[in-house]
Amino acid sequence: MVFCTIGAVFILIASLGIYRMPDFYTRLSVTVKASTLGVGCILASLAFYFYDFAVSTKVFAIIFFLFITSPVAAFMISRTAYVSGIELWKNTYVDEDVDIEIGEEEEETPEKPLNP
Amino acid sequence: MSLQQYLMYIVMPILCLSLVIILLRYLKGPKVVDRAVALDLIITSGVGIIGVFCILYNNASFLDVAMILALIAFLSTIAFSYYLDNGDNNKTNKNE
Repeated sequence: MVFCTIGAVFILIASLGIYRMPDFYTRLSVTVKASTLGVGCILASLAFYFYDFAVSTKVFAIIFFLFITSPVAAFMISRTAYVSGIELWKNTYVDEDVDIEIGEEEEETPEKPLNP
Repeated sequence: MSLQQYLMYIVMPILCLSLVIILLRYLKGPKVVDRAVALDLIITSGVGIIGVFCILYNNASFLDVAMILALIAFLSTIAFSYYLDNGDNNKTNKNE
């Protein structure tokens, strides 16, 4: 009961976030975090309710799968959005000192100098 | 108030309200990626609604549907991002 309420409230927060946030990237971040936690709580409540081995195995499989794939999907869609040139929010602080090139097929990571 | 009544009258309306709000964002979304993310969130909260239905009707076999739905959400988001990415690359190549 408690877990189910927590999960439903988290999904409501996610929906409000996706409706009210000013920018695509903030929308994406609040969506993924709240939705994974909300669905995880609801499925955990389901495992506690049935208290069966088969059901809890399925529940853990779903939660594991969701927790693995949801950040990957969010990363892919945000990378696509960044490449296709969707502008940031006007108050977003961009750190100019960090050089990260995103969007090319050949991504070069700068090699760190080895300390002797 | 039993658990079934609590789920039926409090938790399910919250989930349905959140679905309606996400649908508003889906209809409103200024860019395609907004719609893709809203669709992903709709499917993810559909998984949650299926979980609540399992408790309501005391039937655990709906969980298979939830598992397949989570798989489809991930695959659709990945496919959408690939599609948008390749479309933009083709467009820039043509412009060049």
